Amino acid sequence: MKILVAVKRVIDYNVQVRVKDDGTGVVTDNVKMSTNPPDDNAIEEAVKIKESGKAKEVVAITIGDDKAQETVRKALAVGADRGIHVKVDGIVEPLAVSKILKKIVEKENPDLVFMGKQAIDDDCNQTGQMLAAILNWPQATFASKIEVKEKSLEVTREIDEGLETIEVNIPAIVTCDLRLNEPRYASLPNIMKAKKKPLEQLNASDLGVDTKARIEQIKVEEPPKRKAGIKVASVSELVQKLKNEAKVI
Amino acid sequence: MSVLLIAEHNNTDLRPFTFNAATAASKINEDLHILVLGNKSDSVAKAASEIPLVKKVIHVDNEIFDNFTAENYTSTILKHVDNYSHIVCSANTFGKNLMPRVAALLDTSQVSDIVNVISEDTFLRPIYAGNAFATVKSTDKKKCVTIRPTSFDPATSTGGSAEIVKSEPGDKFESSKFVKREEIKSDRPELGTARVVISGGRGMQNSDNFKLITAIADKLNAAIGASRAAVDAGYITNDHQVGQTGKVVVPDLYIAVGISGAIQHLAGMKESKVIVAINKDGEAPIFSVADYGLEADLFEALPQFLEELNKLNTIQK
Repeated sequence: MKILVAVKRVIDYNVQVRVKDDGTGVVTDNVKMSTNPPDDNAIEEAVKIKESGKAKEVVAITIGDDKAQETVRKALAVGADRGIHVKVDGIVEPLAVSKILKKIVEKENPDLVFMGKQAIDDDCNQTGQMLAAILNWPQATFASKIEVKEKSLEVTREIDEGLETIEVNIPAIVTCDLRLNEPRYASLPNIMKAKKKPLEQLNASDLGVDTKARIEQIKVEEPPKRKAGIKVASVSELVQKLKNEAKVI
Repeated sequence: MSVLLIAEHNNTDLRPFTFNAATAASKINEDLHILVLGNKSDSVAKAASEIPLVKKVIHVDNEIFDNFTAENYTSTILKHVDNYSHIVCSANTFGKNLMPRVAALLDTSQVSDIVNVISEDTFLRPIYAGNAFATVKSTDKKKCVTIRPTSFDPATSTGGSAEIVKSEPGDKFESSKFVKREEIKSDRPELGTARVVISGGRGMQNSDNFKLITAIADKLNAAIGASRAAVDAGYITNDHQVGQTGKVVVPDLYIAVGISGAIQHLAGMKESKVIVAINKDGEAPIFSVADYGLEADLFEALPQFLEELNKLNTIQK
């Protein structure tokens, strides 16, 4: 079995994001970038399945500018076998990403495609479902547990009401929740070894995918600021304020 | 052109966020139709027809919809979209799972999780965990939009009498099957719609200590939330998680207990009307969004809080 895992380079989850003064986006210069957190879970799960003997190869793919390669290198350092970087500059919407991934799926013929359930930059939560749609594959979104069976996966999904379990035939798309596993850290020797693993480079235009934006970003603004609050000295003061000032209890 | 709202329900009742989504959908265009896909779901179609904002209900009743899978929903939705300019549903786990599958097959770039309707094609949506708001304009002919339910008031549920039209399902998807759903039943208000939410974080230390929170929730008729740290640590189940990848809540009162206030948690609660933070670390980022901050050990503060509430003559429910 072969597993393709899609990873995205995003602003690190610990960074306090700032909006650019001209309203065209957020500040990315000199800002720490890293792999989208649930994509780390996707890689980890694929590597674990390989370690259990149920998969032969894990291929990591990223789509983005030259620096996006860092995320593939990181995936290689934690156990992916080889990487693919599809070069494209600027914002690529999930619809275009799914079309690029479809081309790669047709080329690579993986049995499973894993990725994080949502990228923490655009917060779209679309790509996995879109890829499943255009491949006409089943989708197991928001996965917090995956059991590999002979020709299917049993996947536990996190939903608003609790948990749901579905069985999807292989080939399938899985989008991973943060609770799926605990991603490992890359050791220094493995980071060094990862530099020698193959990384194929392609251009989105060579794949024949139109990546033109369909959604025009008119402006990006700061969220409305909350007015500064106060510290209360005691629980009784807190309850009095809630009762008499805020009038919420 | 008209708007088609995909109803979320449990085959008996509409789920609450469908009403919030109806409000947003009718702001896009007043000619709002609602598509109910269910199994033995006549009561749902009837409930949808009674929403005054709804002009028409399309009802497809078939056993393939028993468990609301995105795959079976999608083929049927695609059969019904011809006369609509917008396909919309709520941006909870139901809509997030479903809508991109529909959008991709319509070759539409979806607009996710909108918090305001600016015009028929322009919407406001949070990005970067709500640290920025983007105004975006969709240039696709058919638009697929998911709606952050807590950003819109629920539509009135009675008084309407829209026509209910029966229709036929699309193809059944054979490559996936439903196994089971473990719903956590509770008598408390739903987290997403509760007037008061009290949440615990890593500072709760274990699941047993959540009973301190439960006691106050009982008193205030509040829903119980949690930070991701508390869910990851196994103190409480995932359906309680508030944050960027959990639920977004906008209660009148949000009480954060033992929660430091990571960006990802703030994303799920910082629009709340009044925020209280109880934390022993005076430097915790949660205090930066709190209207009332109490720097205290929660194991002392929570019993006192309950005691003070017990002293009050009346408590809003």
